[in-house]
Formats: sequence, C-alpha cells, structure tokens
Amino acid sequence: MEGQAKTLQETESEVVDEFSMFDEWLDKYEYLIELGKSLAAYPEGSKTDDRLIKGCQSRVWLDYRVSDGRIWFNADSDAIITKGIISLLIRIYSGRTPEEILSSDFSVVDRIGLKENLSPTRANGLVSMIARIKEIAVENSRI
Amino acid sequence: MSATDEIRPFFPALSRKVYGKSLVYFDNAATVQRPQSVIDSWNRITRESNANIHRAVHLLAGEATDAYESSRDAVRDFINAAAREEIIFTSGATASINLVAFSFGEAFVRDGDEVIVSEAEHHSDIVPWQMMCQRKGAVLKVLPVDDTGHLRLDMLDSLITPRTRIVAVAHISNVLGLINPVREIVSRCHSKGVPVLIDGAQGIVHQSVDVQDLDCDFYVFSGHKIFAATGTGVLYGKKEWLERMPPFMTGGEMVGTVRFSGTSFAPLPMKFEAGTQNFAGAATLKPAIETALAFRSGRLRENEEAVKSYLLDKLLNDNRIHLYGVPSSPEEKIPLFSFSVDGAHHEDLALILDKMGIAMRSGQMCAEPLMDRFGVTGMLRASLVAYNTMEEAEYFISSLDKAIKMLV
Ligand SMILES: Cc1ncc(COP(=O)(O)O)c(C=O)c1O
Repeated sequence: MEGQAKTLQETESEVVDEFSMFDEWLDKYEYLIELGKSLAAYPEGSKTDDRLIKGCQSRVWLDYRVSDGRIWFNADSDAIITKGIISLLIRIYSGRTPEEILSSDFSVVDRIGLKENLSPTRANGLVSMIARIKEIAVENSRI
Repeated sequence: MSATDEIRPFFPALSRKVYGKSLVYFDNAATVQRPQSVIDSWNRITRESNANIHRAVHLLAGEATDAYESSRDAVRDFINAAAREEIIFTSGATASINLVAFSFGEAFVRDGDEVIVSEAEHHSDIVPWQMMCQRKGAVLKVLPVDDTGHLRLDMLDSLITPRTRIVAVAHISNVLGLINPVREIVSRCHSKGVPVLIDGAQGIVHQSVDVQDLDCDFYVFSGHKIFAATGTGVLYGKKEWLERMPPFMTGGEMVGTVRFSGTSFAPLPMKFEAGTQNFAGAATLKPAIETALAFRSGRLRENEEAVKSYLLDKLLNDNRIHLYGVPSSPEEKIPLFSFSVDGAHHEDLALILDKMGIAMRSGQMCAEPLMDRFGVTGMLRASLVAYNTMEEAEYFISSLDKAIKMLV
C-alpha cells in the first residue's frame, strides 16, 4: 500500500490550520462530530479488551496492522467527539513508518487547543491514545 | 424580587462566568456551592480561633472547641438524635460507612453471616461492605431495583435470613433521585432483629430527617453536599451500637488511659474521633444547616418544587430521552435527573453542554452495578437545589435539545 503523500509534519500543520479557523468551541465540536461520523468503519469483532484504551470516560478501541513497513491504524469509540479526535490522529499517523511516527513531537493536540479545552478526564483519554500510538511505533521500529 | 434572586448573591461561585457565559451549576448532587456564611465560618476559625480542640486550656483552644462542639449540637438538633454522643464527626459519608463496616464487622460479623445492600448503592456503600465480608467470610447479598428504579421491597423479607447482620441502603440514590421508603425498610428489618444503616448523602439535602422517627441504627452523610466545608461528615449511630463497637482508628484524644500494657478508650463520641479533627470544617456544619433549613421552607421550597416539576415533565415527555428513576408521584422524587439519549453518548452531551455553560455530571456516577442493571455505560445527570432558577432549567432544556441535534 502507498504511504501518505504529505509528510507527517505537513499534515500536522494542515490540521492546526483547519482548527484555527474556528473561534467558537461549539464550532470545533461541530467539526469533530462531522469527522467522527465519517470515520471508516471498525469491525465489531475487533472491539476486544486488549484493544481498549484506558483513561477515557468513553471507550476507545485502537487496532493496527503493518504492511510494507508502514503502520495502518484503525480505531473506534462509542463517543462521537472522541471519534473525531481519533480521525485526526489517524489522518496524521496512519500509513507512516514507525520512524516517521516517532519523529513527531506529538504537540499537535496542544496546538489545536484540544488538551486544555477538553475536560480533564477526556484529556487523559487523549494522552493514553497518543501514548499507545507511540508504543506501537516503538514496538514495530527496526532497532 | 424572586426568592432565588435574594439567595444567589450569598453563593459567590454562582456568579462565575464560564467560557464567557453565566455558569449554570447543575452538579449539586456531587457537591453543592458554599454560602458566604460557611466561608466566613471557616475563615473566622482559621484566622482568629485556630487552636487544637479538646487539648489545651488557653482561650483560643476554648473557642475552637466551642465552635466544634456547638456544631455537634446543631447536627443533633438537625436530625433529632436522642443524644449528642450519637453524633460522630468524620471526613464524609464514605468515611462514616467505612467506620461502621469495620467496627460493626469486628464486633458482630462472623464467618457465614450475611450483609444486604441495594443494587442502587453508591460505590461508597458497596465496597466497604464487600471488603468487610471478605475479611469476615461473610456474604454480600443484593436487593434489586425494578425498571422504574424502585427498590424491590417485595424481595426484602426473603433476602433476610437468620444470618443477616446488617442492611445498608441509600435514603435517596445519587442516580435515581427517588426517596426510598426507609422507614418501612427499617421496621421490616427490625421485626427480624436486623439493624439498618441509611446512606443519607443525598437524603439529607432536600428533606427533613428525624433519625428517631426513622428508627434507623446508623445514618451517614457528607458535609459538602449540604453546604458545609469539604472533608466534613457525620455518622449518627444509636448509642447501644456505638458503645459495643471497637474504635475504627486509634490515637490522639480518643483514649482514656494509655499504658504500654494496654489502653482504654474515651467515651462517645470521642472514641470514634481519633487524631486532630477537621475542626474548622466541622464548625461550618452549623451555618450550613441553617442554609439547608432555609432552602426547605417558604418560597425557596416552592421554587424548587416548580423547577422540579418542569424538568420532570420535559424529560419524561421527550421520546429521545430515557429517564432513570421514574417516580410514582412527583413527591417521591428530588430534583435529580439521570438520563440517557438514544444515539448520543453521555460524554459528548456533557462536553457540549459544558461549553454552553452548564455543569453536569456524566459517566457511571460511582454506581457501576446500577449502570449494568440498566444496560448503559454511563448516564448524564442534572441535579439542582433551591438556588437554581426556572430560567436556568429552561435554558438547560433548550441547550440539551441543541446538543442532541448536533449529535444525532
Ligand atoms: C448516595 C451517596 N453515597 C455516598 C456518597 C459518598 O460521599 P463522599 O464522597 O462525600 O464521601 C455519595 C456522594 O457522591 C452519594 O451520593
């Protein structure tokens, strides 16, 4: 499978730019909800406990596969705003090599203001989600 | 001027702006906002009368001790306990239940005995009993609720056996908001010789409690839910039980004499108040009780009833919304509404409503077994007290409608 056309950093900037268009928090939520609704389907059978990410009030499942040295993420949540955030993370990190993923400083979440503007419990879930993505990249990198 | 307009200025937090909007505080069942009188009471002790209670002969110690002990009298009056020795100060409802679970368990529970709790209990009224049962080899049994959230009282008699040592049940569940028939539960349990602990964390807030009339053996509540400082709480226990229970924690002024060969303990209530107490906090219970009493009378009461009826009607008659804890009559419910919405996750709703300025609770609400009972991973809860206004309730209903439309 082909990797992404843009570099990880380019996609990060793109996401930050998109979010800077919204002044109102409700508009940011509208956008996240829209993204969440259009997230690719996640197989029910993969909603297993070992794929569940802890630290969220909502449940998040994160799955991945590796092909041609690239990691492809697939994820789901029972909450739609969380799904929107997942969709952003997938857009940035999926289809990358482990090295590309680990070249990110993972500050994009801060830069779009998601962390401080989400409730502390939600921020925890987000932090856990990113930690898991990093972990998967580390596990699959050729050291 | 409306009754709420008169009272709201006494609660500094209510005038806060959040995200540029007026705060609508609908998370009162988690903790209620403090009135200025409570804040002043805390400050007065801390600034002027800060001294360890019960220990020294100097003036400041006398003032602090008086403030602490007169709060005990105020609590005694408030719940009509027979004696002030029956009022034990703790750090909250959770601490009170842990105290009873431990000390009662040590004294009265043996291998093969049984403890009954309801399916609608807060974790704080489940886990301490569970731990005690594990320690003692006892069995925890559960009194279920029906689909409307009412306790299955018809099952109580058959759950009680000669091995039942105690029954613990909420006066009002923090999820369902229904007033449980605790008086009847107590009398049925007593007819079989079983004592009852009532978790009054929510029950104490909206209605009068008379422990002698209820005839319960223990009644517990937290200060922070009835306007007092955090880290305060009450355990009411009948003297006949408290005297036969060993101390939970030891040390400090709770002793009679201490020798390395052994220690005797102070009489009630100090026997259960080990270590330096939260005296600045406990003293705030007195002004807090005055507020609680004012909230249950006159126009404030009327306002609360009107707002409650409005919300009950709106939430019950919206077919997108499932309300948990459906009362047989409005009098049976306090203004506490837990619900879920088809196709909209409770966390999404809570996040959106927060941005609209409305503070609510979402999630499992410390009652996971009850969430399982209703087959949900969480709920959304609006809980009000008499300082909440009809305008806030109307704003909430229209905001909720907008939030649902964003999501579904
Ligand atoms: C019914 C009930 N029981 C017990 C508790 C525990 O109270 P606290 O956390 O103040 O000890 C609460 C508070 O959430 C409650 O609502």
